[in-house]
Amino acid sequence: MRRTVMSSAAIALIFGAAACASKPEPEPVADTAPVSNDTAQTEPVDESDIEEPKRVMDAGPAAGSIEDFTVNVGDRVYFDLDQYRLDQDDQEILQRQAAWLESYPGVRILVAGNCDERGTREYNLALGERRANTVKNYLVSLGVDPARIETVSYGKERPIATESNQAAWALNRNGFTQIMSGAASS
Amino acid sequence: MLRLMTVAVLTGLLALIPAAKAEVTVNISEGVLKPTPLAIPTFEVSGGADSQLAAEITEVVQNDLISTGLFTITPESAHIQRDLSIDTQPRFADWKIIQTDALVVGEVDTVTVEGVEFIRASVRLWDVYGEEVMRLEGQAGRRFTAKPEDWRRIAHKIADTIYSRLTGEDPYFDTRIVYIAETGPKDARKTRLAIMDSDGANVKYLTTDNNLVLSPRFSPSNQQITYMSYENQEPRVYLFDIQNGRQEVLGDIKTFAPRFSRDGESVLMTKANNGNSDIYIRDLVTQEMRRLTDNPNIDVSPSMSPDGRQVVFTSDRGGSPQLYIMNVDGSPLTCPSGGRDTVCRITFGSGAYSAPVWSPRGDLIAFTKQLRGKFHIGVIGTDGEGERLLTESYLDEGPAWSPNGRVIIFAREPYAGGPRKLWSVDLTGRNLRQVPTPTEASDPAWSPLLN
Repeated sequence: MRRTVMSSAAIALIFGAAACASKPEPEPVADTAPVSNDTAQTEPVDESDIEEPKRVMDAGPAAGSIEDFTVNVGDRVYFDLDQYRLDQDDQEILQRQAAWLESYPGVRILVAGNCDERGTREYNLALGERRANTVKNYLVSLGVDPARIETVSYGKERPIATESNQAAWALNRNGFTQIMSGAASS
Repeated sequence: MLRLMTVAVLTGLLALIPAAKAEVTVNISEGVLKPTPLAIPTFEVSGGADSQLAAEITEVVQNDLISTGLFTITPESAHIQRDLSIDTQPRFADWKIIQTDALVVGEVDTVTVEGVEFIRASVRLWDVYGEEVMRLEGQAGRRFTAKPEDWRRIAHKIADTIYSRLTGEDPYFDTRIVYIAETGPKDARKTRLAIMDSDGANVKYLTTDNNLVLSPRFSPSNQQITYMSYENQEPRVYLFDIQNGRQEVLGDIKTFAPRFSRDGESVLMTKANNGNSDIYIRDLVTQEMRRLTDNPNIDVSPSMSPDGRQVVFTSDRGGSPQLYIMNVDGSPLTCPSGGRDTVCRITFGSGAYSAPVWSPRGDLIAFTKQLRGKFHIGVIGTDGEGERLLTESYLDEGPAWSPNGRVIIFAREPYAGGPRKLWSVDLTGRNLRQVPTPTEASDPAWSPLLN
């Protein structure tokens, strides 16, 4: 959400600059070479509305779609080893998730808790429950109706990275927000 | 003259025991360093029995005994006496000279009962140096009869008889193992509930691979399995009847890590409430679900003592996963580390402990230990003393006991990304060997002895 706002502002600035440059005024002819340190002296800026940018086909996922959620919001938060605490990055992602869910109140989600392979199967099922529930609780604290959120633990049974190294394990320790129903078609 | 086959780690012990008292016995409590040589010539046939079948039965008997690591089988090419009969005494000198301690003589025939044909195998065990028959269950030999398709069970029962007679241990070959068959890449893994004979033969799949299934465990008293399935995206504990293939829901949603009580009348399991896992026990008759632990930390993977009075489980209440013991009735107990409490921690070593399983003998608990980047299968006394690590690899986990408490089967990923397979190891840490499965495999659990 925030990223979208920022990019609109950037586009407006560029348009503004272009409008400015394309509006030539007759320049006074000076006898002498003007020597001026007065940088404050600028052309007047005309301000006018610009149109909303048109959505171009294939330029991005449809608003409210699962792809929109995945690409523009972020569907996973990542946990430290043996932890289920949410750090600042995780909280920002979940804040975006909560805002998106507020925009699309018909959407229901399943939060899955996942673990890396460096633990035993049943303990990891319990740890995954912890992680899924931590995500759910944070979303609820941001105003998402708990009735819209199911949780599940897959323990270490659903890795997304198949390598066996620190980077892969870090990716596999996650809370995955899956949209179950109510999303726009993309 | 009798010869003592006991293999004792304490050297010199052998010489102190009067030879006259000895017979062929294998003391396996300290782990066998030198296997006992047995001769098991291919069983004879009579009464129109199939000689190929007799050869196959003999081979299964030999392989069962070899798999214990306690015996070697003398090669048939070395045998001198070729006219063995189950009805006559062997020429002991012919077997002594090839240094065979015991001789198994078998015969396969067929019997027809009310028009139905059965196969029958008879077997005698001879003490070569003692020059006498070794009585089996008090008899001068044993005879097993079964339908032709159950010929492997006859072979396992013969092996069980010989194993028990020579070691004094309870048998375990005529059993089955349930496990999770795994196929496909790690990020798209398919799992099925599978069952096989203890030697890996007769694999059957009990479920399709549509749902993630985990943690199957045998009932100690009947042909039922409890396990966890993600059917309908709702993970919970189920009961599966092997005989009729019926499956019934046993636990609420978010129940997992099930295990039967020792009497088979209850199932221990873990249930997550709002993200927090605790231990419960469900009575299979009344369907009452009783909570055993109520702790804000993870409590998971319960396993009951053989006397049915205590439960061992994994908890991270101490900051890392460790093993804890409690009384099933919730009453306080005296903790090994001192004091009385309703829950006692029994592991204090470095590393993480999980997946505890109480031995059928009651004195040991097997576990998975994670230490410095390696995984181990280990055992520890119920008082927290005498920890021993039996294995080490990239990933060893999920131990299960043979019904006689001598062998532990577990899943191993030998190196990162390596094939996940079932392995077994003797209680002493010796005789590590792979148990063959057609696919990758995990979560093995042993059945009780078949009838």
